[in-house]
Amino acid sequence: MSDYILEMQNIVKEFPGVKALNNVDFKVKRGEIHCLVGENGAGKSTLMKVLSGVYPYGTYDGNIIYNGNEKQFKSIADSEQEGIAIIYQELALIPELSVYENIYFGHELMEGKVINWNQTIVSAQEMLKKVKLDVNPSIKVKDLSVGKRQLVEIAKALSKNVKLLVLDEPTAALNEDDSANLLELLRQLKLQGVTSIMISHKLKEVVSIADTITVIRDGTTICSMDAQEHKITEHEIIKYMVGREIENIYPKRENKKFGDVCFEIKNWTVRNPALDREILHNVNLNVRRGEIIGIAGLMGAGRTELALSIFGNTPKYTITSGDLYVDGQPKHFKHPKEALKSGVAYVSEDRKGNGLILIQDIKYNISIANLEQLTEGISLNENKEITIAKEYQRSINIKAPSIKQIVGNLSGGNQQKVALAKFLFVGPKVLILDEPTRGIDVGAKFEIYSLMNKLVEQGMSIIMISSELLEVLGMSDRVYVMSEGTITGCLAAEEATEQNVMAMATRVEEVV
Amino acid sequence: MSNSNETGKVGIGQELLGLLKTNIRDYVMYIALVVIFVIFSFMTKGLFLSPRNLSDLVNQAGYVAVIAIGMTVILIIKHIDLSVGYVAGFLGAVAAILMKNGLPAIVAIPIVLVCGILIGVYQGTLVAKVGVPAFVVTLAGMFIFRGLLSLTTAGTGTIIIKDEAYKAISNGYIPDIPISGNVHLLTLLIGIIAIVLVVYSQIKTRNNLRKYNFEVSSMPILIGKIVFLSAIIMYIMWILAGYKGIPWTAVIVAIVLLIYNFILNRTRLGRYIYGIGGNAEAAELSGVNVQKITMFAFCSVSMLSALGGILYSSRLASATPTAGTGFELDAIASSYIGGVSVNGGIGRVTNTIIGAFVIMSLTNGMNLMGIDISYQYIVKGVIFILAVAFDIITRNKRK
Repeated sequence: MSDYILEMQNIVKEFPGVKALNNVDFKVKRGEIHCLVGENGAGKSTLMKVLSGVYPYGTYDGNIIYNGNEKQFKSIADSEQEGIAIIYQELALIPELSVYENIYFGHELMEGKVINWNQTIVSAQEMLKKVKLDVNPSIKVKDLSVGKRQLVEIAKALSKNVKLLVLDEPTAALNEDDSANLLELLRQLKLQGVTSIMISHKLKEVVSIADTITVIRDGTTICSMDAQEHKITEHEIIKYMVGREIENIYPKRENKKFGDVCFEIKNWTVRNPALDREILHNVNLNVRRGEIIGIAGLMGAGRTELALSIFGNTPKYTITSGDLYVDGQPKHFKHPKEALKSGVAYVSEDRKGNGLILIQDIKYNISIANLEQLTEGISLNENKEITIAKEYQRSINIKAPSIKQIVGNLSGGNQQKVALAKFLFVGPKVLILDEPTRGIDVGAKFEIYSLMNKLVEQGMSIIMISSELLEVLGMSDRVYVMSEGTITGCLAAEEATEQNVMAMATRVEEVV
Repeated sequence: MSNSNETGKVGIGQELLGLLKTNIRDYVMYIALVVIFVIFSFMTKGLFLSPRNLSDLVNQAGYVAVIAIGMTVILIIKHIDLSVGYVAGFLGAVAAILMKNGLPAIVAIPIVLVCGILIGVYQGTLVAKVGVPAFVVTLAGMFIFRGLLSLTTAGTGTIIIKDEAYKAISNGYIPDIPISGNVHLLTLLIGIIAIVLVVYSQIKTRNNLRKYNFEVSSMPILIGKIVFLSAIIMYIMWILAGYKGIPWTAVIVAIVLLIYNFILNRTRLGRYIYGIGGNAEAAELSGVNVQKITMFAFCSVSMLSALGGILYSSRLASATPTAGTGFELDAIASSYIGGVSVNGGIGRVTNTIIGAFVIMSLTNGMNLMGIDISYQYIVKGVIFILAVAFDIITRNKRK
């Protein structure tokens, strides 16, 4: 009974327009490694934010019982006080500060009213030893690799005397060696009595490390499986995650017809002036009319940077060499506007960050990229705008009571459809979709896949960047794989399997 | 209520309540303006609402109103311009010097407006192209233009303006139709035209909404709204007609307001301005040239500051070394009181004008009551912060 360190009961969390969590039950045994899996948008991260107090007590329904007592965390400080530490995908370290400053940031070692820096450095070294990270604690965090930063985060958690460690996709950005190290560290910590909850999409890891696996789908707990007693296969987990056989998720296209190459980049090399380093090296890529190409790769492989450098967002990226062709014509886009004019559109991976104007309504967002077409004389024809917005609402099934609905209140799937409609209205030849189904539910995903198929059947070309390997494999006619800013392979649909794509995605070019 | 047998239709009471809920911010502003008017007319024994004082109020509010319109655009795109006051003061002095050297007003005014645009190009370039925060650029501008104002007025002190046409801008009134008697007929006529336009646009908007099956307000509410607006227009026109008619300042403010209202609501440029304020990165990735629009906003606010400087120096018939002091505070306060969001992306120039009238009514009323300037600042500051806090609370609630 009391061997549960944590019990979350009937957790319900609503956002305007979406029920992110709907009666989730989640129990974690003391001293185990518990993996939480589910599709993007299933509610895993939301659940962890409820646990940590990011969503304070009162903004959700349900109970949290920790160490046998009911808790009402009102802030992260409350949950940290109890020994709960969460390490997010976006690491919460301060790049300009040193490793030891970061480890004790927020709970500085004091001597009276002043910080005892000597003690801090000594203690930081101890913590680094525990996570087996051999770096000088005075080095700045920005000079560490992503994998090492991850370990610094864990060292920070350990310095706070953590009892329950939560890791949100800790290996998403790591290569195979770093991932293996991290998993080994978790096993060690388990022996020292630290309970871990790990959110992960990498099912292979989940199967290898988990004592218990809980699957969440569409905001509800589907099942919780004991992985110690009997072996659980990846296939089993997937079945629970998606709720149906995988074959059904990706609608098949009948009689594919590919035209000429309509978009191509050659020897595309790009620098990031802010980071002062080359981020893309000699990328070659092309797409034919009527074709969907997928770009697979791990986080940080340079896929979004590739798309943005193509789309003409030049202040952030300097193209040092390379050529770009649309329908065989050489082009150079200085601004997204020019790309759109040439028929190249880019739908962002980050709907809320730079994809949509959330405080405006649906019709505003649909029309913003192509107001030229709605302008008569000097003024806008708002009637035409309404007609067009309504047409898109109907044709791609944006679920909203009216096109005057504020976009910020829509669910992720409907927001994604608005973002798509915005660029479809421009009438592009080449559509670059960056993580087109991130954070949206299975139903909306299927609709977006069907729409993609329809678009290529009409002669459009689609470049799809996705971190969901199954999605890339399910939808693409050809798969490009990227790693550390280079294309490490291009596979035809028939030869692309999870194994060989992953092998290419983790291929690290030796820097001489 | 009446909706017992008509399912689907909502009673007027409920509709009013709904309107109140969604537009509470605007209504509170109108109510605040009315309350201010009532309090001042009571405290000054009716002097505040006298035709003469209301005419004065319009002339006083004019320069703040035009600058506030420019400021609203700047605030919508999430920047700020602190230099507007001294730009207005400096360019007012430039106008005075040009006319002192024999140029007629009709030549001096365009030159000054172009100078305003050039100042906008300078500040806009630093903000949009170089990437210096607007706060810093325009704070530096505050120093620079304050210095330039002192320099231009250094030799002579206050520069007297003798050009009659120039002085008439903020002291004169539109001419009347010759045949009329005591009442300013043209003023009344303009009032009637304005009412006809209001009725026409309200009905047109409603029909349009209906055509696309959007929710429309019920007939009684529409009529109520039209009657209310018409009554206010007629009341103001009647009072002005009883004095000397519509001041030229009001005409200028109205033209600037109409142009900017049209730009913001009916043109591509306006859409882009709101888009940049809502999410600059998303706007950029939708093909909006954020740099260009930012340049426009800075040029426009500096040009309107120049216009404000013209109105102010015309009002005083002179350029003084202290002209422009504190205009930026009044302009920013007017915009925020008028409902511009502190997070950018939201705001209407029509409401900014109301905000400007709130601020200038406070100044005018407290002056009539003989209240010390120190207290005036405190009162304005308190009202300003209350307005913004209220704005944030109502917006958060709606989420």
